Amino acid sequence: MSEIPGYLVRLLEGVQFTAILTFGGFLLGAVFAVPVTVLRRSRLRPLRVLAIAYVEGVRGVPPIAWLFLLYFGLAQVDFRLSSLTAGVLGLGLISTAYLSEIYRAGLRAVPQGQLEAARAVGLDTLATYRRVVAPQAVVTIVPPAAAFLIGLLKDSAVASLIGVPEVTGLALRLTQQEFDGLAIFAAAGLVYLALSLPLAAFARWLGTRLSARLAYG
Amino acid sequence: MIGLTLVERWPEWLPQLLDGLWTSVQLTAAFLALGLPLGLGLAVALSSRIRAVRNAAIVVVEAGRAVPVLVLLYLVYFGLPDLDLRLGAFVSATIAIGFSFGAYTSEVFKAGIAAVARGQREAAQALGLTHRQELRLVVLPQAIRIVIPPILGWAVIFFQATSLAFAIAVPELLSRSYTIGASTFRFLSVLLLAALLYAAVSIPASLAIDHLDRRRGPLT
Repeated sequence: MSEIPGYLVRLLEGVQFTAILTFGGFLLGAVFAVPVTVLRRSRLRPLRVLAIAYVEGVRGVPPIAWLFLLYFGLAQVDFRLSSLTAGVLGLGLISTAYLSEIYRAGLRAVPQGQLEAARAVGLDTLATYRRVVAPQAVVTIVPPAAAFLIGLLKDSAVASLIGVPEVTGLALRLTQQEFDGLAIFAAAGLVYLALSLPLAAFARWLGTRLSARLAYG
Repeated sequence: MIGLTLVERWPEWLPQLLDGLWTSVQLTAAFLALGLPLGLGLAVALSSRIRAVRNAAIVVVEAGRAVPVLVLLYLVYFGLPDLDLRLGAFVSATIAIGFSFGAYTSEVFKAGIAAVARGQREAAQALGLTHRQELRLVVLPQAIRIVIPPILGWAVIFFQATSLAFAIAVPELLSRSYTIGASTFRFLSVLLLAALLYAAVSIPASLAIDHLDRRRGPLT
């Protein structure tokens, strides 16, 4: 166990890849969840069904299977992605589905009267969403989105199975050299703990700040 | 044409993948057998009146939730032999996934315990039940009924996590499809079939849970 500090230092090299996977996947999801949410709320049934099929399809299959499909599967049709690209895209695909559900719940939490009032003062749809709906929805969206981000940090570990040298992948490599799995994976666990605590603290701070701003204008 | 080459060998592979799916289901049953009592036990500990018990439970729950299941899996499989405790891959996966499941569901069980109407506890005390009897005979039976749908939801999520046991060579669904892909170089077709099988279990299960949740009447 005395070797844990040494292992911690060696695992730090993997943190950059864990960070790229987590934030890259989250950013892709945060952007692409917008069109999915729009489809999901469309008045046209086929568009709604399309969005539901995407969300349920993504959530019905384990994350690692998505990464394998992108990395090993696409190579079968001569579409070769690097393991890091496949990892970011896979996590982005998953984030899109989960975040669109979070956006949808956030939009639903805005009272209908707000939309009617915006229309009554003559705002167009875009302005209604940008100036009235979004500032209120964001308060509902931030806490679950932050919880999802922390979950994604841990899901990024599966990218080690397609060869990304992130924290878990490095820990496995180190175990094969040092035969000290207990200390090495305990150190890896500590790294994830150390990464998720500041994220959780930041999310709490942001959540309180946003709701305070909304309450006091 | 491409569509046909994608599916042409599915009939040949399906029996092996179904064998794998059966292993995934067995692993799910095994981690539930470990994780459900663990989650309930942690919830009781989290709601304990004794501070030391509460704090110990918080540490276990936070550790279980902060660490990726894959890391727990490697920790059990590659780490415990350092303590001269050698476990097979299936048992290691059961312990790692069951521990994580218990940590996640403890919060749900705890919320269920808190949701039992206050009058129920007061009535139990008025009848002269001991604290232990109150918990076992009055609070837990009602709490468990409340938490069934969310706990089943977590079970579906962790059913998918059994795919991580691929990493320590448990012959579950993903491992079987990877093996087939590696020997035929048809990863795309075999992984698509595996994904369909996962979805064929998860999606109907999630829909059934939603249905159960909506159909159920008022909670108390």
